[in-house]
Amino acid sequence: MDTLPTIWFVVIGVLWIGYLVLEGFDLGVGMHMLFARSEEERRTMLNTIGPLWDGNQVWLITAGAATFAAFPLWYASLFSSLYLPLLAVLLGLIFRAVGIEYRGKGETDAWRRRWTLAIGLGSLVTAFGIGAALAVTTLGLPIDANGDRQGGPFAWFGWPALIGGLAVVGFALVQGAAWLALKTDGAVRRRMRTFIVRGTALALLPIVVWVLTVQVVTGGPWSWALVVPAVIAAVTGWESARRGREGYAFAAFTTFIVAGAGSIFAAAYPVVLPSTLDPAFDLTVANASSGQYTLGVMTVVTAIALPFVLAAQAWTIWVFRARLSHDHLPPVHTFIPAVLRAPEVDSERAVESRTTHGRR
Amino acid sequence: MDPVEIARWQFGITTVYHFWMVPLTLGLGPLVAYFQTRWVRSGDETYLRLTKFFGKLFLINFILGVATGLVQEFQFGMAWSEYSRFVGDVFGAPLAMEGLLAFFFESIFLGVWIFGWKRLHPKVHLASLYLAVVGSIVSAFFIIVANSWMQHPVGVELVDGRPVLTDIWAVLTNNTALVAYPHVLAGSFGVGGAFLLGIAWYHLSRRRRDGIDTVDESGRVVVGENADIPGRDKLDHRVWITALRTGAVVAIVAFGAVAITGDLQGKLMYEQQPMKMAAAEAACHTGTSFSVLSIGDLGSNDCSQVQPLIEIPGVLSFLAHGDFTTPLPGVTELVPRYQEQYGTNLPDNPIYGDRAGQAIDYVPLMEVTYWGFRIMIGFGALAAFAAAVALWLTRKGTVPASKWISRLAVLGILAPFVANTAGWVFTEMGRQPFVVAPNPTPGGIDGVFMFTAAAVSPSATWGELLFSLVCLTLVYGALMVVEVKLLFRYGRGGVVSAMPELATHDEDPSDQGGPDKRDVLAFAY
Repeated sequence: MDTLPTIWFVVIGVLWIGYLVLEGFDLGVGMHMLFARSEEERRTMLNTIGPLWDGNQVWLITAGAATFAAFPLWYASLFSSLYLPLLAVLLGLIFRAVGIEYRGKGETDAWRRRWTLAIGLGSLVTAFGIGAALAVTTLGLPIDANGDRQGGPFAWFGWPALIGGLAVVGFALVQGAAWLALKTDGAVRRRMRTFIVRGTALALLPIVVWVLTVQVVTGGPWSWALVVPAVIAAVTGWESARRGREGYAFAAFTTFIVAGAGSIFAAAYPVVLPSTLDPAFDLTVANASSGQYTLGVMTVVTAIALPFVLAAQAWTIWVFRARLSHDHLPPVHTFIPAVLRAPEVDSERAVESRTTHGRR
Repeated sequence: MDPVEIARWQFGITTVYHFWMVPLTLGLGPLVAYFQTRWVRSGDETYLRLTKFFGKLFLINFILGVATGLVQEFQFGMAWSEYSRFVGDVFGAPLAMEGLLAFFFESIFLGVWIFGWKRLHPKVHLASLYLAVVGSIVSAFFIIVANSWMQHPVGVELVDGRPVLTDIWAVLTNNTALVAYPHVLAGSFGVGGAFLLGIAWYHLSRRRRDGIDTVDESGRVVVGENADIPGRDKLDHRVWITALRTGAVVAIVAFGAVAITGDLQGKLMYEQQPMKMAAAEAACHTGTSFSVLSIGDLGSNDCSQVQPLIEIPGVLSFLAHGDFTTPLPGVTELVPRYQEQYGTNLPDNPIYGDRAGQAIDYVPLMEVTYWGFRIMIGFGALAAFAAAVALWLTRKGTVPASKWISRLAVLGILAPFVANTAGWVFTEMGRQPFVVAPNPTPGGIDGVFMFTAAAVSPSATWGELLFSLVCLTLVYGALMVVEVKLLFRYGRGGVVSAMPELATHDEDPSDQGGPDKRDVLAFAY
């Protein structure tokens, strides 16, 4: 009876892990943009994720929608309980998305500075909110028999949410640094390697705390078994970065999150949302899921679609595999309007901006 | 404050806003793909310019659609958790399918298209746009399927008070969805057509007023060029006249399709949601007449206050039945029927919170439904009429130099947006007081319906809801200003705003051929 719900628990886990792997690096790139030292660096960083970030983000949308379809009671309780943090995630995602698309479409430094801030802070808030949401769904919320949150708008906040938020922020910073080291050249590449060598231990500390807490509370042999490759992968990632093997480092940190988040989901099973009020109110794989028929339909759809999604994304990463440095980038899109408010004055300015903005 | 009211305002505002971006994405995407196809097949630079220019505006708009779409999916769970629990077994599936089968491909391949200029073989590059556009069109299908299930629930049976999916094909081929989907697509093409028309008109008109193009004594265009302004060459004229005439034809054909599918929808609506049809007419009493103008206080929802002023006998029954004689039940006849079937007061169930026991008002806000229906039809027809006039006025190859007509043409871009918005507001508010309307047709499932009053999250406080309503409205408002400013800037900039190579002359713009391995990216943010 519980086979399909269990399969769907695994699918939801895979979707979240896919999201952490893929958006992990582009959220990290967004945050690192805040600390870039020049406009050239910021542009280079942004364009490493330019063709990819939108597809990556769909993993979140699909994780949400799949939870709705397969575990409506989990979706309803989790999303309504986390009203404010998810609102923050939405605002973060909106500013980030718009920032990425609009940043290069204005000319002034103030315009670019504002959108850099939107991308960076949007990425930070998104990473923190998603981490907090995932942590409370593994460690518990004060929900009643109907699955409704007790204790007001901030009942979700506590050390699990804090640890979870920091965990995803920390991981995204490391994964983003590994990505940038792999995909850029010059100063950014060197600094990102240094960031990994010096910062990994601290940045991954919260996620390690989260993983171990879940293991201690609800872990079993399977979930503990996944902790081992996670630890090995983290050390390998750090060591690879130290030796300048950026490809290995990125692969290792990817393995780390797959095994680490996998161990969290494995430990949580079969509870999808524990109640801190009474274990009898726990939402589980069995009592929160949709019917067999719905799960069967969704299984067929997912089995058909997911291989194509993975192939398409792999192909995209392949097409845009080249390392970027700022001399590769086409010049900033200088804007010369065809229709001018006052033709005489403006066409002079147009000519001038053409010569001064050339290759920048 | 009642959380239901705040949550409804939030859903209304965020959804209407989302559906300002979406129809332009749906309507403009295929047109850009058409332009690029023409370019790839013929090598005619006119179409390359059209692709790049309208592609740029498409992307400026697309991103806000993506950003606001996220809110849509999240708020079912955040603000409407009881709704999500009730419908989850059915409603989540089309949303998940949308993500897996459509939105993934739309997003992935649009990224490939944006950055793929010169990196990819032109045909592969074009194929990526096709995949993205098809993704957006398939995506719309699943969303309409989800919405249609709320208008007309099918394919389920009631188990322990909850609808359980038994037939996914019935949900995917819901007759409500099969007429709503082409209606929505046609409405979106209307938006895309008017967008092309308005912007192209502006540029042709500027070319005339700047003295670049002139007309001879027979009124035929004499195309000129201005070497001082980048992009204002002779080809530029061809770009805009092509866009204008393509846009006008698309807008006219789209309106025809909107009218046909809208008529089919009206007939279904009469069967499935008779109260909505009656409210669309502010038809208090049973009859056959279509109201051209009704006065009085429609908002009072009290039939004694409504005074039909001009009516055309027979037209209403034609809309609903295809004949001129079958009377349609009016509001006063329908209310007792609804009360008998679904109760006069909300049941005393904790799901209704403080609202348990309240009297149920089965009449939607007639002010909104009556005018929503008329604004939808009126602005849709206005856009099509304007497009026809535009075709006639441009038969000699350019537009009149008049500044005022040009302004009207740009303003005309808004008409199909207004029609789309009014249509959605009408159909969603016309469904009230239900969030899932009962299915009264033969074969309908007894008991599968939900009052909006039961749908809201029990744990969400009015403070949270109000805070998010204010935040989202402010942010959306600010982003609208930014988007419109950018659209104006790039729109006014003309082709050169999307093809800087036309201004710098450091490369041959027609050299967009095979992959170029020297440049890593031909486009960068």
